[in-house]
Amino acid sequence: MVLDTLQRFGRSGLEFFGRVGRAQLFLFQALAGFPGLVLQLRELLRQMYSVGVLSLAIIAISGLTVGMVLGLQMYNTLVDFGTEESLGPVVALSLVRELGPVLTALLFSGRAGSALTAEIGLMKATDQLSVMEMMAVDPLKRVVAPRFMAGFLSMPLLAAIFSAVGILGSYFVGVGLLGVDAGAFWSQMQDKVDLYDDVYNGLLKSVAFGFVATWIAVFEGYDAVPTTEGVSRATTRTVVHTAFAVLGLDFVLTALMFN
Amino acid sequence: MSDKNNESERGAEAEDILVRMRGVRFAFGERSIIDGMDIDIPRGKITTIMGPSGTGKTTLLRLIGGQWRPSAGSVEVDGVDVHRVGRAGLYRLRKRMGMLFQSGALFTHLNVFDNVAFPLREHTALSESMIRHLVLMKLEAVGLRGARGLMPAELSGGMSRRVALARAIALDPMMIMYDEPFTGQDPITVGVIMQLIRLLNDSLGLTSVIVSHDVQEVSAISDRLYMISGGKVIEHGTPQMLSQSQSRWVQQFLKGQPDGPVPFDFPAPDYAEDLMGAV
Repeated sequence: MVLDTLQRFGRSGLEFFGRVGRAQLFLFQALAGFPGLVLQLRELLRQMYSVGVLSLAIIAISGLTVGMVLGLQMYNTLVDFGTEESLGPVVALSLVRELGPVLTALLFSGRAGSALTAEIGLMKATDQLSVMEMMAVDPLKRVVAPRFMAGFLSMPLLAAIFSAVGILGSYFVGVGLLGVDAGAFWSQMQDKVDLYDDVYNGLLKSVAFGFVATWIAVFEGYDAVPTTEGVSRATTRTVVHTAFAVLGLDFVLTALMFN
Repeated sequence: MSDKNNESERGAEAEDILVRMRGVRFAFGERSIIDGMDIDIPRGKITTIMGPSGTGKTTLLRLIGGQWRPSAGSVEVDGVDVHRVGRAGLYRLRKRMGMLFQSGALFTHLNVFDNVAFPLREHTALSESMIRHLVLMKLEAVGLRGARGLMPAELSGGMSRRVALARAIALDPMMIMYDEPFTGQDPITVGVIMQLIRLLNDSLGLTSVIVSHDVQEVSAISDRLYMISGGKVIEHGTPQMLSQSQSRWVQQFLKGQPDGPVPFDFPAPDYAEDLMGAV
């Protein structure tokens, strides 16, 4: 009984480290395909459209909703202390430093990451990757690299849009509906939000999250068991693993950036 | 039969062999799939590898194409050891091979024209007008020039395989491998694909390797047959030689008999004991 448990532990451990090793090897091979993307600009743009532009609606709507809710909640708290003019910087700092990058990464994983995994996994299951190999075309360079780059480039842009739309949402609620002074809203935001400490660090977070979320998505697709169930499991793993990775990484980055 | 075999082996030595497999072994984990196979594929001929399902026929194609690596033995294609040559060498070799997968494996985001143009765009610096001419010629060869604008989802199974065939010959390879080309096709499509394989092989000077268990169809177009089972070559020779073979195994397979040396059932414990055993 104890031996069985130990064996199961050992097997799980070996599987886990095997996957980690494969994921790292996969990353190096995919990164090696990046220089060749200059010859695949059309494909890169097509993937940026699929991964980035088609995610705009969900990102914008979510950003607007989060900004409106944040505006409402913060106003209710700040008004008790008579500091409702600070609504602008409070909302902006929350969005730019934390909520923008983190929520965008989670939404990106659900919308674009799962689609990337399913697409690559299905290409594998229907022998499209094998046939490419047999045509002497490296699927890592032709299929994975443009998708990886597209996700990596799209994520920071989507996070910036999320934060910008969120700020507009809180402006609409705070200034438009609850009567906060518009001048105070914008001027305090301009005064309190630092370009380097807040905006650049937020941007850096979204770059890191974009890299990790896309890496997980394309790896899970490429490593999927080539069956219906295998692709389904890989898609689920993409969303779950990205959530864990983004939240864990967020804590580490926050600790490093903001002490 | 042994004299005949020796004779055919001597004949094979004199032939120009394109693919030479020696002592090839391959296993999935603990399960042995190929257990020491020697196969010679002569240049310019149609060679078919036949055998029951699950005997490693498709595995053989993947070993020839260098997608999988054998645990022992060697696979040479046109004098190049597929599993010892580097990645660049393997890719150079693959540009001279075509492979038709069982499903067709067309790129679902590209239409018929772009599927056939794909290898030309990847590996040549030809102008778009030249690529257009070549693609239309290849599509004409498989009778689908009129379907150039269709997407893979709009094609029937037979049409998909013909488009895949046009794509496989796009770079004028020296060899094409066909994985179960007739499976699941209606009789007319089977006839068309049979004619195409023979026609393309002879007119383009190709070497064709077919993996199939459709006895009648492949016997009609093949120059040489290999019969495999249990990871080994059971018999090989011309279709006539095999049809006259006294081997019970060959006769059972060719005639589709349920009883004989080829096991139909997967290994299992005693039936009565299994039924009476605890749940």
